[in-house]
Amino acid sequence: MTDVTTQATLTTRSSQSLDVWRQFRSHRGAMAGMLILGLILIAVIAGPWLWHVDPTEITMRARNRGPSLAHPLGTDQLGRDMLARLMAGGRVSLTVGLVAMLLSLSLGTLVGVCAGYFRAVDGLLMRLTDLFLALPLLPLLLVASMLFREPLARLLGAEAGTFLLIVFVIGLTSWMHAARLVRGEVLTLKEREFILAAQSIGTRRGKMIQRHILPNVLSPVLVSATLGIASAIITESSLSFLGLGFPPDFPTWGRLLYDAIDQIQIYPMRVVMPGIAISLTVLSVNYVGDGLRDAMDPRIRGR
Amino acid sequence: MFHYTIRRLVVAVPTLLLISLIIFLLLGLAPGDPMAQLPLTIPPEVKEKMRLSLGLGDPLMTRYALWLKQFFWIEPLHVIDALFGLDLSGDSQRIVSWQSRAPVADIIAQRLPQTLWVVGVAYLVGTAIALPIGIISAYKQYSWFDQIGTLISMIGFSVPTFFTGVVLIVLFSVALPWFPSLYDTTLQVTDWQSFLAQLRQMVLPVMVLALYNASQIGRFMRASVLDNLREDYVRTARAKGLTEKVVVLIHVLRNSMIPVVTVIGMGVPQIFGGAIITEQVFKVNGIGELLISSIQANDLPMVQTLTFIFAVLIVLFNLITDILYGILDPRIRYD
Repeated sequence: MTDVTTQATLTTRSSQSLDVWRQFRSHRGAMAGMLILGLILIAVIAGPWLWHVDPTEITMRARNRGPSLAHPLGTDQLGRDMLARLMAGGRVSLTVGLVAMLLSLSLGTLVGVCAGYFRAVDGLLMRLTDLFLALPLLPLLLVASMLFREPLARLLGAEAGTFLLIVFVIGLTSWMHAARLVRGEVLTLKEREFILAAQSIGTRRGKMIQRHILPNVLSPVLVSATLGIASAIITESSLSFLGLGFPPDFPTWGRLLYDAIDQIQIYPMRVVMPGIAISLTVLSVNYVGDGLRDAMDPRIRGR
Repeated sequence: MFHYTIRRLVVAVPTLLLISLIIFLLLGLAPGDPMAQLPLTIPPEVKEKMRLSLGLGDPLMTRYALWLKQFFWIEPLHVIDALFGLDLSGDSQRIVSWQSRAPVADIIAQRLPQTLWVVGVAYLVGTAIALPIGIISAYKQYSWFDQIGTLISMIGFSVPTFFTGVVLIVLFSVALPWFPSLYDTTLQVTDWQSFLAQLRQMVLPVMVLALYNASQIGRFMRASVLDNLREDYVRTARAKGLTEKVVVLIHVLRNSMIPVVTVIGMGVPQIFGGAIITEQVFKVNGIGELLISSIQANDLPMVQTLTFIFAVLIVLFNLITDILYGILDPRIRYD
């Protein structure tokens, strides 16, 4: 009996995800975005194994070189290899984006599920969400990174401290859209028959949320997650660009761009390369999110 | 409509108060020391006196109440005095910048026009570009115009403003010396020549911000027009024999503008955030640049006031959007 039911759910689920995948594949932009994103990920993750140059090694004799065999993308004003720096920077930028997105998403889902499921806290949590939406986020991010950077750096070391700070401030200021989305979804789910059925066989609240609510809000959360990575990467690079992000010798894409901007008239490529890396990543993530949204939407999928 | 407006206003006031409290607590409880920048040769007891004279010895709530009084009562009085040549405020204590020892309001008043000029023009240009492109894209869905428009709006939406700014500088002021890369804020518009110079230096920053806005608003406009084109009333209008022009530009446009107005209104605060970065790229001395420089100088009263002004702008434009939405869509009012 149990075997039959699990098999049945498996086949229906796989056919639904097959549908989603088919729709996703027909979205040309999303496919191109996924390809480019995959390439960037491979380059950033596997690159340092193939390209054994230390991104922080200073060679004063090889300053400001153009592309050559030893340095395919040239060197910067301290003779550091640009290719290695771009790969190292990409690792940091993508990690910040991912972790900040995970944080903001779990916060948003928590608030959204609580607000949607427990009527007693709904009003309070939604007012809180509205309040956060009315906060001037970029100025607050800047202020927070000014105030907490040095204490945290003293506590955990410059790099780890800044990493935690940036991930936390981005996560704490970007959960609101996910929360609203999840709340709306939970509110409609609550009216469905299968929830009533689960309630009538005496499912407890914790189990109900875990078993029936969370899996069903997954798809809107997934779309919001991809878009969240994109905006977290942009925010991190903006902070670095304003000089309030990571310390100078620690490469991230935003920091590389910021460091190169003084010499933009002479070496414009050094600004353009990290900029293109950020833009391509964000663009492809956004396209993937767009494709996912279309694929998850049953109204569009039918057509 | 009157009741609806009043209700919105009543919500806005506690929101602003709470935001001001959050900003105040964030700055007040932060572990940073405002005296950290002073030279080490100053003896500790003098330093302590300086702390007391800045009011840092008082309890937090007293300082908050004092700041509220200064921001909402004394500073407006000074503004009224300056405008009408009165003397209502007397010699009450104003919010003073720690960096320049000048009243915060005076410095902001000097900086605000530049920001408003650049941001305002960019927003108008962006909206003026976005609306027709959104309508044409939706009307001719999947045509080459739509494909290119969608691609460009995706790019404009994804590429961070600091990078578009830098690329425009490389293209149009380094490679082709058409526009200046720096914004000359000492320029006075007195005659035709200086007016042209002002226009030329505004082109690049305005282009950066306008591209970002146009792509965002354009995407929403396209989606909204697409939704409306499928409605029954469009078929009815066509069946009555109305021309396509009337159907699209009068019936569909008016209905699709309802959600887009919200997006336009909600985007205003965002563009002020974008202006912080754009001002840094082009060295416009607006309030965004002022915020960054006072953050770097640990100038807490200035940072506090500026952040709160950003919050006021956000709440104000949310309010305007809500009210406009109520005017446009009667269903909202009777909620």
